[in-house]
Amino acid sequence: MRLPPLDSAHWQSPVRAFAWGMSAITSTVLTLVLFATYLGIGALAHDTHFSLAWTLASTVFVWAGPAQIILVSTLGSGATILQSAIAVSVSAIRLFPMVVSVLPMMRTPKTKRRHLILVAHLTAVTLWVECHRFLPQVPRERRIAFIQGLGCGLVFLSVIANTIGYLLAANLSQLFAGAILMLTPLAFLFSTARNCRELADGVALALGLALYPLATLLDSGLDILVSGVVGGTIAYGVHRARAKAIA
Amino acid sequence: MSSFIGDWHALVVLFVAGVIPNQIWRMLGLWFGGGLDEGSELLVWVRAVATAILAGVIAQILVQPPGALASVPDGLRYGAVVVGFAVFLATKRSIFAGVACGEIVMVAGKWWLG
Repeated sequence: MRLPPLDSAHWQSPVRAFAWGMSAITSTVLTLVLFATYLGIGALAHDTHFSLAWTLASTVFVWAGPAQIILVSTLGSGATILQSAIAVSVSAIRLFPMVVSVLPMMRTPKTKRRHLILVAHLTAVTLWVECHRFLPQVPRERRIAFIQGLGCGLVFLSVIANTIGYLLAANLSQLFAGAILMLTPLAFLFSTARNCRELADGVALALGLALYPLATLLDSGLDILVSGVVGGTIAYGVHRARAKAIA
Repeated sequence: MSSFIGDWHALVVLFVAGVIPNQIWRMLGLWFGGGLDEGSELLVWVRAVATAILAGVIAQILVQPPGALASVPDGLRYGAVVVGFAVFLATKRSIFAGVACGEIVMVAGKWWLG
C-alpha cells in the first residue's frame, strides 16, 4: 500500500489519516491470519454453547485471540470464574510490554494520556507488528488517528469473521464445522512459532504442548496453568543456563 | 433475539473472567509503561509462561476437541498438525501455507475414512 509522502498536505486531515489506517488492513497477510483465527473462535464459541452476542462482545472488549480462546475453553470445560480469570490474566501479561513499546512511537509533546486509551485497547500482536511496519511512513502527529483506523478496521473484520464462523458451525456438515474449529490450533501454533525470537520462547512452546497432557493427569482443574507455569519456568531456566554458558 | 444475547449471567462472567483480567495489563502499560526495559529478565520469564499457557490451550483443543472436531479421529488431528508444521518450516515460516496444508490433510483424511 502506498501512503502519501510525510510532508504531503493530505496528512492534515485526521479523518483521512483514520481512513488510510483502516484501508491499510487490505495490504497485509496478517489480516488473513486474523480472519481465519476469528472464524475459528466464532465456531469454537458456538460449539461451547456461548451466544453470538457473547462471542462478539468478547471480541470487541477483550480483543486478544489467545485470551478469548482460553476464556471459552476453560469456562466451557467447567472451570470456575476465578480459574478462568487467572488463566486469562497470565496470558494477557504479554500485552503490557507491547503497550509499553508501541505508545512511544506515536506520542507527541501535546499528547494526553486519554488520547492513547483507545490505542492501548487496540494493541495486540497484529497491531503491534503493523505499527513497526507502517508508522515510519506516517507523520508523528497523525499516527494516533492512523492506528485507531487500522485497529478499528481489524476489529470490524474480526467481528464479521466471528459471525461467519459461528453461523457456519451451526449449519455446516460435521466435516466442515470440524475444519473451521481446526483453524484455531493451526493458526495459533504457527503464528506463535513465528513470533519466537528467543530460545526461551521456542522451548516454552514445545514444553507447553508436551506438558499439557501430563498436567491433565493431575486433574487439578488448573491443568493449563500448571503446564504453563512449569513449562515456561523450565524454558526460562534454559535461557538462563545458556546466557551463563555464553558469558 | 434471546438466543442472540443468550444468558445475561454469561455476559457478566465475560467481564469478570475475561475483559477485566485482560484489560488490566494494557491499562498498566498505559499508566506505568515509561520506565520498563523490554529485555528485562522478568519479562523474558513472563513471555515464556504466557507462551507455554497458549501452547497448553492449543494442546487442549487437539487432545480434548470441542464439538464437531471430536468426530475427527485423534491420529488424523495430530497428523494434520504435524504435516502443517512441516510445511510451515519448509516455506520459510508461512503461516498461511501451514494452516492450508494442515486443513487439507484433515479434510481429505476424514473424507477418505468416510
